[in-house]
Amino acid sequence: MLSRVAERLYWTARYLERAENTARLVRVFSSMMLDLPKGVGLNWRQLVDVSGAHEHFDRNYRTSGERNVIKFMLSDMDTQGSVISSLAMARENIRTTRDLVPSEGWEHVNELHLFARKKLAGKSIPKDRHEFLSEIIMRCQQITGLLAGTMSHGPAYQFVRVGRNLERADMTTRMIDVGSATLIAPGVELERLENRLWTYVLRSLSAHQMYRQYVRRRIQPGQVLAFLLQDTIFPRAVAHTLGEIASCFEKYLPHSEEPLRAALRLQRLVADANTEKLHTEGLHDFIDLLQFEFGNLHQEISATWFSMEMDEAL
Amino acid sequence: MQIEWTTYDPGEFYDEMISSPGNPRRAAHAIASYLQRLSAKQLGRRQHAADLAIAEMGVTFTVYSEGTNIDRTWPFDIIPRIIPQKEWTRIEEGLKQRMTALNMFIHDLYNEQKILNDGIVPKKLISGSKSFLPQCIGASPRFNVWAHICGSDLVRDKDGTLYVLEDNLRVPSGVSYMIENRSITKRVFPELFRKHHILPVDDYPAHLFDMLASLSPRPLDYPEIVVMTPGIYNSAYFEHAYLAQQMGAELLEGGDLVVGADDCVYMKTIDGLQRVDVIYRRVNDEFLDPEVFREDSALGVRGLMRAWRAGNVALANAPGAGVADDKVIYTYVPAIIKYYLDQDPIIPNVPSWRCEDREQREHVLANLDKLVVKPANESGGYGMLVGPHATTVERGKFVNLIKRNPRNYIAQPTLGLSTAPTICGQHVEPRHLDLRPFILQSDRTYVTAGGLTRVALRKGSLVVNSSQGGGSKDTWIVDTGGN
Repeated sequence: MLSRVAERLYWTARYLERAENTARLVRVFSSMMLDLPKGVGLNWRQLVDVSGAHEHFDRNYRTSGERNVIKFMLSDMDTQGSVISSLAMARENIRTTRDLVPSEGWEHVNELHLFARKKLAGKSIPKDRHEFLSEIIMRCQQITGLLAGTMSHGPAYQFVRVGRNLERADMTTRMIDVGSATLIAPGVELERLENRLWTYVLRSLSAHQMYRQYVRRRIQPGQVLAFLLQDTIFPRAVAHTLGEIASCFEKYLPHSEEPLRAALRLQRLVADANTEKLHTEGLHDFIDLLQFEFGNLHQEISATWFSMEMDEAL
Repeated sequence: MQIEWTTYDPGEFYDEMISSPGNPRRAAHAIASYLQRLSAKQLGRRQHAADLAIAEMGVTFTVYSEGTNIDRTWPFDIIPRIIPQKEWTRIEEGLKQRMTALNMFIHDLYNEQKILNDGIVPKKLISGSKSFLPQCIGASPRFNVWAHICGSDLVRDKDGTLYVLEDNLRVPSGVSYMIENRSITKRVFPELFRKHHILPVDDYPAHLFDMLASLSPRPLDYPEIVVMTPGIYNSAYFEHAYLAQQMGAELLEGGDLVVGADDCVYMKTIDGLQRVDVIYRRVNDEFLDPEVFREDSALGVRGLMRAWRAGNVALANAPGAGVADDKVIYTYVPAIIKYYLDQDPIIPNVPSWRCEDREQREHVLANLDKLVVKPANESGGYGMLVGPHATTVERGKFVNLIKRNPRNYIAQPTLGLSTAPTICGQHVEPRHLDLRPFILQSDRTYVTAGGLTRVALRKGSLVVNSSQGGGSKDTWIVDTGGN
């Protein structure tokens, strides 16, 4: 399969997953803003920080009220990672790999992009925000399922799988950032609030029920963290996504030594984390480290399969 | 909007469906009475369903002048254009004849040049042609066929005579719309397909694949066939992707290919380099190979011409095939058919004047207000003058253009293109149209059943090009057992 096509499939999956997770992030943050007591110091600006695009935001927006932040996260075409630009990029990438993707795949992505564009046209905040976000999430899941259920699971699909899982790992760590107490103003009584925060995080990742089956006890921050980082069977847990990526490399893709090494290094890093300790101190730095390593893994993937130099290959 | 054929009047033009108000032609009888039975609401609902299907499938035609790749859905009219099978059989023969003669002509031009030496076509016409590529002299593509894929434009005049208006032998586009249009009409009018015998069109990609496979320089069961596109900003990108998908071929760009020291072509894959046998290229000649043609081309592949001349890769269409779709060469096609096949053309040419000839030029200059003037080497309806619709200033401009470079222009009478019923807002009105069938040639020749009908949606307009406000219709070859 063509290197360029592999790259586009990988990005199709990443952008779809990004659109879904950005919608999840906005949905959970919106309900937190509604539910949590005003005194805890939560504000919309923090959503921008979690998304990792604060520099871009500061360059283009003067104030960080609800309207601006929601616009930034949902309908700003110039924001890398806003729902609309992610969908537009997913569409552009799948449009240019239509020969390898079942035509329904293209049709659904195209329709989803049309739907979002129509709903967001001329508005910074969609009227029925919750329903809109839920529909985006559901339709992204539909497409993910469609590709899993209709594409042959050869190399083309493996690049979809790698892209989806790497993006998902990254976004799960961002959700964890929401739960880490860094959002809460110093001096606020944490203990009772903390459990509620982690419940939000679990819900935002559709992980609440799975977590209950996993621990069968009330929500405990250390345990939630262990579940979201280290569980190997919950699909949005970091350890699971890394396992998926490593299996793609090992079983299906040629010349995968270097990327595999990077994935295994990440797996060890996650498995060795002391979650009980992390949740009280150093969590934010650990998340930063993971996100940096995700970037490295992407570099390895790109160097191995996408940007191979012609002369070397000859 | 309910259709009432008795009030439908094509006027002085030949209408493809209705011969005179209230009287459908024989092959169109069933569809005409069916349409008439639909209520305004039903008809509107079906057009709406078609529009939705198009938006969903992403049938788009990017127009160059819009700059970035803004998708614009290409208007589709749900009322099909009907052609009786008996007439079609004759057209098919005519197209095969024409294509065979044109390929013999191209091969002759790049090899022995008998037709020039015999004085049938003037030598200086070829030496002065931009599309004649000296780099191709002496080449022998497989089966001596150069133009493997051709889209010929057919038009019908007021009296019902069908003419070939032009042959597109470079990188003709539109075939994907022909196929998609059919799949849309099948969704919109499923009941008609159950009742009538309408020739299918969706086997085109299979024929295209077989034709391309027959060109492979390596005798393999599975030759590596690829579709080469200039990229997503090309107006026909949708079609490139569509055909690649339908054939199960790789869709790639120049940057994905490399020519090795062994003069073979390879593509860059996740497994390393892989040899390519046949390239269905949708990139124009001048951009194919920066080593030989335009140095600044980023779309092509360095060394591609070397590999092609060495016989290590097949290019469809072969470089240089465009020499035969020059508008001036067009005027010689009847003579070309006679020369190589010793036959009279089955489908006539539109009568044409060559501005190069002094007498003919004077006639053209004196009658600019009645004629259509075309440059020899443009496509897509660009750079032409439709005399009767032009202003005095525009005509004056063409007087100068013709005088400065007479070899570059031909003129033809303004044809009264035939019409067909088309939904226009709340009414059904006659609109002018043409037809582009597609012909495939290697050791065998295949003609699509019908082709792409393009329709000028603006009232009275004769310009059907998608880049200039045209739309399209499905084309039905209907077997009625009679004429």
